[in-house]
Amino acid sequence: MKIIVLVKQVPDTETNIKVGDKSINEAGIKWIISPYDEFAIEEGLRLREKNGGEVIAVSLGPDRVQESLRQAYAMGADRAVQIKVDNYVPFDTVLTAELIANFAKAENADIIIGGRQSIDSDSSQVVIQVAEGLGIAHISFAVSLEISGTSVKATKEVEGGTQVVETSLPVAITAQKGLNEPRYPNLKGLMAAKKKPIETKTPADLGNPASKIEVVGLEPPPPRIPGRKLEAADAKGYAEQLVKALREEAKVI
Amino acid sequence: MSNVLIVGELKNGELKKISKEITSAGRKIADALGGKVTALLIGSGVEKFAGDLGAVGADSIVTVNAGDFNAETWANLVAGVIKDKNPSVVLVPHTSQGKDYSPRVAVKVGAGIIADAVGLSVDGGKVVAKKPIYSGKAYGNFKVTSPIAIFTVRPNSQEVVQKAGAGAAEAASPSAGDAKVKIVSSDLSGGNKVQLAEASIIVSGGRGIKGPENWPVIQGLADVLGAALGASRAAVDAGWISHSHQVGQTGKTVSPNCYIACGISGAIQHLAGMGSSKYIVAINKDGDAPIFKVATYGVVGDLFEVVPALTDEFKKVLG
Ligand SMILES: Cc1cc2nc3c(=O)[nH]c(=O)nc-3n(C[C@H](O)[C@H](O)[C@H](O)COP(=O)(O)OP(=O)(O)OC[C@H]3O[C@@H](n4cnc5c(N)ncnc54)[C@H](O)[C@@H]3O)c2cc1C
Repeated sequence: MKIIVLVKQVPDTETNIKVGDKSINEAGIKWIISPYDEFAIEEGLRLREKNGGEVIAVSLGPDRVQESLRQAYAMGADRAVQIKVDNYVPFDTVLTAELIANFAKAENADIIIGGRQSIDSDSSQVVIQVAEGLGIAHISFAVSLEISGTSVKATKEVEGGTQVVETSLPVAITAQKGLNEPRYPNLKGLMAAKKKPIETKTPADLGNPASKIEVVGLEPPPPRIPGRKLEAADAKGYAEQLVKALREEAKVI
Repeated sequence: MSNVLIVGELKNGELKKISKEITSAGRKIADALGGKVTALLIGSGVEKFAGDLGAVGADSIVTVNAGDFNAETWANLVAGVIKDKNPSVVLVPHTSQGKDYSPRVAVKVGAGIIADAVGLSVDGGKVVAKKPIYSGKAYGNFKVTSPIAIFTVRPNSQEVVQKAGAGAAEAASPSAGDAKVKIVSSDLSGGNKVQLAEASIIVSGGRGIKGPENWPVIQGLADVLGAALGASRAAVDAGWISHSHQVGQTGKTVSPNCYIACGISGAIQHLAGMGSSKYIVAINKDGDAPIFKVATYGVVGDLFEVVPALTDEFKKVLG
């Protein structure tokens, strides 16, 4: 079973973001694997442990993404591939998906797993676009997954609840929280990961797809409506003031 | 000519508010580009909503008769209508369903896509989509350069504007194709009475509610307001409520008009999910809690006193 796991490198949530003209200022940023992709890596490893085969971790971006690939190695990935794109626009889902689909096609992958969204762009697009590009099934927001032989059974989160769905390989999956608990790499794994090779592919190797988006510019978030703390003698007083503020000032209730 | 296609969404046979929101947004874009707005509705008996969408700006309504939602067949149906109508701008709800089929549509019609747009404007004949990025710590503006541009639009981000279009209805029957994924069963009992991601008012509880037996305090206020019930990760991880209620980076992203945070400290991962709410009310014992940095109205007090008092007061004024 050949399993591709998608590993996107994103700024740590707690990192301060400084907005540049068309991208953020990367100085001082701490990079992490997007949290949902950790669920994807873990699921890939579990599927391999049960069904055999190999887990290939793929990340797209400049050389700094090798750090995330080493972490995937430390967790237990068999191979790591960097799709080397230096001027990487993290919101260009169509370009990303086309590169990954072309890679997956060349590898003849059975399973592609990524997070339900990356926390820098919240797009929820890439994995399903890869599925469409390959003409294969997809299951989004998976909270459980069972694969035996070529049959696939999963529970996915949908609006208002869950659904049980079935399909057969090949399949693309997006991981939702609840799918598993990602393992921590141990020290031995981390040491070994330093020496493992990272394969690189260039866009030219993967069909040189064109971008279909243009970054017009980045800006800081809009200013919030100025806030204030209310003053009152007791709970009833607060309640009266709040109701008045929400109805007469904010007019939202 | 730059025509706009919006893809509406239904829930339990009713038109969702987001359908009107994106029709109004589509109208604004079409007016700026000199085009028409077509609204697509997929389902059974959907013709009856033609008037509703006509009233908020749709020039015409295309209806497609279909059974339950399946991302693959929906993608085929939407792509079929796009190929037939050839719009240059397509607006799709950024909802569970929209996120499930829109990526396939983009690839099928060779379109660029910007997901989770909260602002749509027109510049030089092209739509500029604004979206929060990096957990809301920045906003980005993007254009799509392919002939067809798709945008998924965040619920509650667009105003519904009454503006009559012709609203003429026409039925279409593009090919649904076969789905590789079969739906075996659905369990829709665990969810919110009011959908979290699309709710215009949310009342949320955190670790400060102390235990699952106290949800009625929060739910009582939510019920009076017709609001959805949210939770912080601390409350979810403690097993007090299911993950489907979680707001934040590893939960749902919400943009209600009003978010009432009860006993929630306002950690950065929680703010990542609710920071774009228009008005934020924080009820917290600790006056230094970070939630007060984003709160429009802050109450430093015990939620077990303030929330019931607030529920009573709203009962009084809302009757
Ligand atoms: C990778 C990652 C992802 C995460 N994702 C999320 C996410 O999606 N959503 C999320 O919410 N968190 C998320 N977190 C967790 C986040 O960091 C916080 O731990 C969490 O939000 C805290 O929840 P809380 O505010 O309910 O609890 P606490 O931080 O414990 O705050 C409880 C608050 O209740 C107040 N309080 C106590 N008693 C009362 C009372 N009687 N009346 C009034 N106020 C009272 C206290 O003053 C305190 O401020 C994530 C963390 C990580 C590392």
